[in-house]
Amino acid sequence: MNFLARLGALVLDLLAEIGRVVLFTWDALTRGSLPPYYLRQILTQMVRIGYNSLPVVGLTAFFTGGALALQIYEGSSRFSAESTVPSIVALGIARELGPVLAGLIVAGRVSAAIAAELGTMRVTEQIDALVTLSTNPMKYLVSPRLIAAVLTLPLLVVVGDTIGIMGGYIVSTQSLDFNSGAYLKTTVDFLEVRDVTSGLIKSAVFGFFIALMGCYHGFNSRGGAQGVGRATTNAVVSASILILATNFIMTSLFFTD
Amino acid sequence: MSENHIELKNIHKSFGPKEVLHGLNLSVKRGHSMVVIGGSGSGKSVMLKCILGLLSPEEGSIHIGGRDVTGMSGANRDEVLSHFGMLFQSAALFDSLPVWQNVAFGLIQGKAMNRKQAKEIALEKLAQVGLGADVAELFPAELSGGMQKRVGLARAIAGDPEIIFFDEPTTGLDPIMADVINDLIVDCVKRLGATTISITHDMASARKIADDIAMIYKGEIIWQGTAEEVDNSGNDHVDQFIHGRAEGPIQMDVLKP
Ligand SMILES: Nc1ncnc2c1ncn2[C@@H]1O[C@H](COP(=O)(O)OP(=O)(O)O)[C@@H](O)[C@H]1O
Ligand SMILES: [Mg+2]
Repeated sequence: MNFLARLGALVLDLLAEIGRVVLFTWDALTRGSLPPYYLRQILTQMVRIGYNSLPVVGLTAFFTGGALALQIYEGSSRFSAESTVPSIVALGIARELGPVLAGLIVAGRVSAAIAAELGTMRVTEQIDALVTLSTNPMKYLVSPRLIAAVLTLPLLVVVGDTIGIMGGYIVSTQSLDFNSGAYLKTTVDFLEVRDVTSGLIKSAVFGFFIALMGCYHGFNSRGGAQGVGRATTNAVVSASILILATNFIMTSLFFTD
Repeated sequence: MSENHIELKNIHKSFGPKEVLHGLNLSVKRGHSMVVIGGSGSGKSVMLKCILGLLSPEEGSIHIGGRDVTGMSGANRDEVLSHFGMLFQSAALFDSLPVWQNVAFGLIQGKAMNRKQAKEIALEKLAQVGLGADVAELFPAELSGGMQKRVGLARAIAGDPEIIFFDEPTTGLDPIMADVINDLIVDCVKRLGATTISITHDMASARKIADDIAMIYKGEIIWQGTAEEVDNSGNDHVDQFIHGRAEGPIQMDVLKP
């Protein structure tokens, strides 16, 4: 009985939280679509979210591409299908690993940073101060971050895809005796446009969740340094779960026909 | 010039089960300097936040210049707030922006003034609070507490507001700096002819800036009169407070050994 009561309370809490997130999102989207637009803020955030994430996304993609090539080579050689390495590396990176890994890595970097920044602004009354200076915090703080993340994540993933496929190419040509020209030709011939575009659409959605969770948890943090810490953790965890869940949903929507 | 500029009637505000304001009434005449005194945690900051619309009271009405602003939101609220200046208890400076941009914030973001003109005004306001152009380029974290309060003061008066709130402007400052801030407040208010509400538990400060004094106790205004009347208020609570005595009708919740 005790267990059921606790389970019920948990479900109710979860539903209430989902309701609050939906309201927050609605508020951000409706307010954010009205002028004034804070272009300077959007550009600053694009640099912080996108440009500054390039090194870590690039490194992740490179090593993942390399490891993927080794694994697929080893696996496919069991039934003498080594020639599939270039196509499967390209497919795996473009459709799944590029967007998901970039999403998760950026969630760790950016959701946490946004939650910590807005959380500190909340507990030190800076958000209240914005309101008294006739500036809507939804518009000034939240919308620019949402817009910047939705715009830059696909760009990051284009770079990540390229570097990831390069990683596979370097490992394959340097240590697996693949012919350089043939490897590239197979990759280019095999990849379809929708393999790449599906990944880019996914990454835009991931970007939205990354910024949204950072902003939501930061905005609602309470109670000093500890509250900000909690907001940061919750932002990263919830963004990561949303990324993995929506990735599954989007994959099944895009590729079951 | 004696109509009520700010009028609060029967304000109730609770946080969960905790009722902070219950039935608070306060009226401030146009152009007057009202000082609200009262112990820590008696709901002084909450009262100001209700007037600003940062918190919404469950019951009661708030009129500003004869206009009912209770529960106002969106563009109307922004319009009302554009006549306000607020010095927060914690100063609440934007720590990501240099000092001059803090002061110019309401002009640039709220009133869409161009940056060059806004900077000139910001420097002028900083000069009024005794800070030079060298401070303008520093960040808030590089300033002492007294300097932060002065920057907060410059930010509050930057838009030449009709109404200014000062939330504990001298708390946490040494007596000399406190007096400097008091002088600045008196000076700014005279210059602008603004209506002000100042919150303090520093009687020296109250005597210096007040035209009228009100005392808040347990979420209600229990006494209101002119600054001269405060010494002969005939109210035991007021007497105890202005003389800073531990014995009296106000009992602190401390465990006696
Ligand atoms: N946002 C909030 N959530 C919950 N409780 C609050 C909030 N703001 C203030 N309180 C509570 O209201 C009471 C009055 O606070 P406040 O107005 O800040 O006191 P003071 O008179 O010292 O300025 C305090 O007990 C405080 O804990
Ligand atoms: Mg206070």
